[in-house]
Amino acid sequence: MSDTLEHRSAEPAELSADQLLDAYRRMRTIRAFEDRVHEEFATGDIPGFVHLYAGEEASAVGICMHLDDGDTIASTHRGHGHCIAKGVDPKPMMAEIFGRRTGTCHGKGGSMHIADLSKGMLGANGIVGAGAPLACGRALAAKLAGNGEVCVVFFGDGASNQGTTLEALNLASVWQLPVIFVAENNGYAETTASSWSVAADNIADRADGFGMPGVIVDGFDFFAVWEVAREAVTRARRGDGPTLMEVKLTRYYGHFEGDQQTYRGDEVERARRDFDCLKWFRTRVTTNGMLDAAALDTIDAEAAALIDDAVAEARSAPLPGREDLETDVYATY
Amino acid sequence: MARKISYRQAINEALVQEMERDENVIVLGEDNAGGEGAPGERDAWGGVLGVTKGLYERFPGRVLDTPISESAFVGAAIGAATAGKRPVVELMFIDFMGVCFDQIYNQAAKFRYMFGGNAITPVVIRTMYGAGLRAAAQHSQALYSVFTHIPGLKVVLPATPYDAKGLLIQAIRDNDPVIFCEHKALYDTVGDVPVESYAIPFGEASIVRSGGDVSIVALGRMVAVASEAATELAGAGVDAEVIDLRTTSPMDTDTVLESVEKTGRLVVVDEAPPRCNIATDVAALVASQGFEHLQAPVQMVTAPHTPVPFSAALEDLYIPDPSRVVAAVKLAMEKGS
Ligand SMILES: Cc1ncc(C[n+]2csc(CCOP(=O)(O)OP(=O)(O)O)c2C)c(N)n1
Ligand SMILES: [Mg+2]
Repeated sequence: MSDTLEHRSAEPAELSADQLLDAYRRMRTIRAFEDRVHEEFATGDIPGFVHLYAGEEASAVGICMHLDDGDTIASTHRGHGHCIAKGVDPKPMMAEIFGRRTGTCHGKGGSMHIADLSKGMLGANGIVGAGAPLACGRALAAKLAGNGEVCVVFFGDGASNQGTTLEALNLASVWQLPVIFVAENNGYAETTASSWSVAADNIADRADGFGMPGVIVDGFDFFAVWEVAREAVTRARRGDGPTLMEVKLTRYYGHFEGDQQTYRGDEVERARRDFDCLKWFRTRVTTNGMLDAAALDTIDAEAAALIDDAVAEARSAPLPGREDLETDVYATY
Repeated sequence: MARKISYRQAINEALVQEMERDENVIVLGEDNAGGEGAPGERDAWGGVLGVTKGLYERFPGRVLDTPISESAFVGAAIGAATAGKRPVVELMFIDFMGVCFDQIYNQAAKFRYMFGGNAITPVVIRTMYGAGLRAAAQHSQALYSVFTHIPGLKVVLPATPYDAKGLLIQAIRDNDPVIFCEHKALYDTVGDVPVESYAIPFGEASIVRSGGDVSIVALGRMVAVASEAATELAGAGVDAEVIDLRTTSPMDTDTVLESVEKTGRLVVVDEAPPRCNIATDVAALVASQGFEHLQAPVQMVTAPHTPVPFSAALEDLYIPDPSRVVAAVKLAMEKGS
């Protein structure tokens, strides 16, 4: 019953010029944000564990372009890109990463727990595989309300082996929930190759066993992700149940900042050179004449300026203090 | 012969020595070697913080990387233990117990008793706990009290490199399931550790500093915090005894009670939140079995009843520090006769 499709790529002309600019801006903003966090981390001023999404932008944006404010996403430890794609303001995100009171979570969450419920971004997550069951619940609520909302859960190749994820896939299908399962297969879970840890040839192949469509998508190609996500989201909104998308891509940085990455081959250099999603997007929209390069250059400059401001504001923002330690609780002892 | 090595090296050395001694000892966990199936270096990480580095080369076939499937591989370690293996399985962060807890508390913990004494389950679950690395709410908890609550599990919290080695060797040789809790902020601490193999029995607290005025009972990373406070208190004329519980299950109740009998005052320092933790457990022990010796109410120094905050500014307030221990001791000294 499932169809594991070869990826199809939409024609840029299927999007309006405004949509194309919007998509490019979101992807560029993610890249600028992550490249900058990488640099700032190296100064020692960003605490904790930071997992960067650079290289994977086409996945988050290609999918979130189809979502409205009422739709929700559940994210992972590698969540900055999902946030920005879903419309979360990069400034309070940056402040959160720096542990400031002005952050999205007032400094209590950090990089691994950035959330903006007002934007339908349900939270980055420190527990691998935790998102999928929560997404089922969100989707169940939408189904009971009959409001046509959908929930997207992003998870990694590593998380695809977690019982929680596999149970949620089954549940979503049994209940015909409006969930889109997005397996972002970047080839590794920490140092472990997905070609080893995932016993099936493809994560999408597992969809068959859960009675839902499974689709493999080229994650460097925004238009391919956009096309497949359009179908999955439409299907979910129609009440026809979940879809499993496997988006194949590459992370440009280490598992987390500080990772020496000795386990890797040369895939990052090759990806940056030959398939980078931003370059590829630019080539496609400029060669077919939909957009001119100058418009994209402007977005590049604006994204860079936005991130400069975000860092400057985060660095000068106040830290939380003793009065914040025991708030957001129902009892203290 | 002893020399100075780190807590991390001490754990690694215990694993090496036990793997050499007994071929039934196997090691498994996520990225415990690293690079499985990858084009680059094998043994790339040796665990997320490098604790198991080098074992993969040294013990071919006995160090297994796993998919991210804690229920399956922690459960498999438990199953292998019932078949005579002595698996040391890593649950990377104690916070991840939620995804595999059934295998631990309903399965491993219960076999010995539930099967009428006919089963042994010699599994060690190594796991990293504690705050201080800005790792936020889901990677910083001090959840050892949860395991301590479960009959059938042994719970171990080494505070020094010496104890890390000796307690891990004991854990591997032990026939019951052991939750071996390593504080992530202790890995780089250095101390004297004998080269040769040695086992430290469970249920024997260590008196880190003897004193006559007040008993400070601590565990894990809080032992160093309590010791620092004791040094400061000595300058203020208070002679504190510092006790490191070392294992919370079994717990050395005698050493605690004898100390309180001598000092008449008790302060317990625990990194966990204040409800149903080791501090309340020790306080209850002394209240019920040593009440007549107490000259002042028991003081408990713990984390607040909140998740662990991310921001350094908040996390530093969250973790009990020496100044809070000193204040608690002063309170204990002021009150009563
Ligand atoms: C339940 C659980 N197990 C293990 C970890 C440690 N961990 C964090 S990220 C990660 C790898 C995740 O790989 P994948 O799902 O492929 O996502 P990616 O990092 O590649 O984006 C691991 C093992 C965790 N956070 N939670
Ligand atoms: Mg991955």
